[in-house]
Order: sequence, then C-alpha cells, then structure tokens
Amino acid sequence: MTPRQQVLYLWANGSALDSTVVAWAFHDGTDGNVPGLPEVPDGRPPYDTGVDALRDGWRLLQSAQLIAQQTGQEHRNAYLDYEFVFERLVDC
Amino acid sequence: MDGHLLTTRQMASFVADGYLRFDALVPDGLNHRASDEMGRLREERFTGDGLRPPATGTPLEACYPPPSVIGEYLRLPGVQGIIRSLLGPDPTFDHDWTHHIPAGTAEGQHLHTDAIADSDDPTFDIQLFWFPHEVRPGEGGTRFVPGSHLHRVQPSALDRYQHIAGEEQFAGPAGTVLVFHHGLWHAGQPNPGPDDRWMHKVRLNPTQPQVLQWDTADLAELHNDPSDHVFARMQPDSVAHTFRAWHPWHGVTTYRNEQVQRARLWRYLTDDDTYDVDHYLTRLEGRARLVGR
Repeated sequence: MTPRQQVLYLWANGSALDSTVVAWAFHDGTDGNVPGLPEVPDGRPPYDTGVDALRDGWRLLQSAQLIAQQTGQEHRNAYLDYEFVFERLVDC
Repeated sequence: MDGHLLTTRQMASFVADGYLRFDALVPDGLNHRASDEMGRLREERFTGDGLRPPATGTPLEACYPPPSVIGEYLRLPGVQGIIRSLLGPDPTFDHDWTHHIPAGTAEGQHLHTDAIADSDDPTFDIQLFWFPHEVRPGEGGTRFVPGSHLHRVQPSALDRYQHIAGEEQFAGPAGTVLVFHHGLWHAGQPNPGPDDRWMHKVRLNPTQPQVLQWDTADLAELHNDPSDHVFARMQPDSVAHTFRAWHPWHGVTTYRNEQVQRARLWRYLTDDDTYDVDHYLTRLEGRARLVGR
C-alpha cells in the first residue's frame, strides 16, 4: 500500500472556513482508485463549506491571506478571493 | 437594421451578465451550408490560395464578400443590429476561428479569457459564437461564467477553477448566436456525443464611441435616477434593478464591486457621468469634492 495525495481546492464567498463554497477543483493522486468527492447534483459544490470538508476527513493545508488592495484598485474584482486548499492521504 | 437594434433592457443585461443569447437567430438555409465553409476555413486558413480570413483591421462590411456563408451570416439584419448596438458604426474585424470538436472528444479547455489582461477603460470588444447545428446538453457547448467579464485577470490564471457555481454550458438549437463581452471567462468542453460540434467565433473591435447606439426608445423609462438605492428608494423596473443581479459565485464584496463596474460601464454607454446604482460612486465622488479632488 502506497500513500497517495488527493488535493481539494475550495473557494468560498467569504474569508471564514464556514463561508459558502462557490467554486472547487479536485486533483486525485490515486487516479481514481479510491473514492474521491461525494456525489452531489450537477452544479453543486462537493461540500457546502470548508468545515464540511474537514468533517469528511480533509486536512486544511492553506487559507487565503487577506491583502489590502492597492489604492485606486479597491473596486476592481479579479480572482476568487478566499481560497482554501485541503489534502487527504489515502492508501492505494 | 433599425428594426433589429437591441433594447435598453438587453443592453443592461449585457452589462450585468457579460453576454446575450439569441436562439435560432440564423436561418436553417445558412446553417446547413455552414459546416462546409467552416471546414474549408479551418483547413485552408494558412494556405496561400485557399479560403483565408480577412486581415485584422478590415472594416466589417468588407469581410467575407459574396459568395460566402460566413459573410451572409455576418450581414443578416439581426446580426448587424446586435453588432451596431454594442459596437457602434464602422466596427473592424479582429480575428475569427473555426472551433471544431470531433465526436468523442474527451478533453476540454481550461477556463480562460482571450488575448491579454484588459485596460482600465470601459470600452469593449464583442465576440460572436455561431453554432450552426443543434448542440445537445453536455456535447461540446462552450462553458462560460456569467458576470465574470469585468474582472481584471490574466488569461491563463483561471486554469485552476474547475467548477464555479452558476457557470453555464451552452446547449441549444441550430443557428444560435452567443454574444460575449471580450472579458467573459469561457472554455471549450469535451464532446462525448455522436456528432461533431462546429462553431464560428469572431472578435470585432469598435472604432467609434459605443454611446447610445441601440434602440433607446425605452431608455428614459428604464434609466434610473442616481439616487436609486436598495436601502432607500428604488424604481422597481430599471437599469439599476438589472444591475443588482447577484451571480451565485459572487460574495458580498465582489457583488458590490461588480455593481460599481457595471455603473461605470453604463456611464460610458449612456454618456451620463452621474449614473449610479446603490449610491456607491456618488458617495465617494461627493466626499472627494470636499477636499478638492
């Protein structure tokens, strides 16, 4: 049995880990040999919040830093602000 | 063309969402002949004596002269009305491309924007996507993110967003045309279906201010007063009402910033430097005047 890493990105609509998830990405180091994300209807995130991911066994690796915007750019949107990165090590 | 110009409601939706959709706009007679010319353009684009695209900067009216199916499409009164409403007179050809996704294609593109990061001014190009045949759900229709067009991003930095709440994947009848603000996030998708998917995409540039070029008959009725505020008094059916559209992936800060950017774009389109929604710009401008800025 060799441990493999699964990585989950969740982007929330606020800076808290219990804010609502609005975007997600999943990368599977097991190449599909073990279960990945929970089954949900199309268009729905795999977890409603980051806390729900913790409860399903994901370990939080990183939270987005809160960085003040440059003067003159305060009202411009760019990327999704609140990124949380999780991992799960699984044997396969 | 006059009977085919966009309305103020459509223009406001374009500003809020970054796209418009016109189902079955192109007649079947043109759609049936499209794949052949699209295929030739795809195969012969870089050859010396085949079907080649116009040179970048060519006036649109001189692009794809007869006989040309793509030219016939671009000269349809309905298509001309859309282009005139959004770009004004005398637009020019930027580039086009034939997007062909063979049946059974498993790979899709990452989410991206085209070209490079945008300038800070409100001017915009449009991109027209013509699907000459029916696209069934999940069979290669373009994926896009409503409300993403005014975000300032680098094109390939969006790769990591595999899924965004509220994103859409086009499916619809033959002859449908999607019209995108050039900044809208989008991606080609896998086509596991049994039929090839064809689409012609063209980018067009304005050459004159894009001010009040649509059918403005309903503008006075819908163009709200700058005092229109969600926490004070609101005109129930107005441009501001459309600009309050909340896309599912927007948090509170993103949503309010988006309203600011929509108001700025509407100021440009209407040549009204006082326009506002929910007082965000007016509040800051009023205070700036106190210190002489």
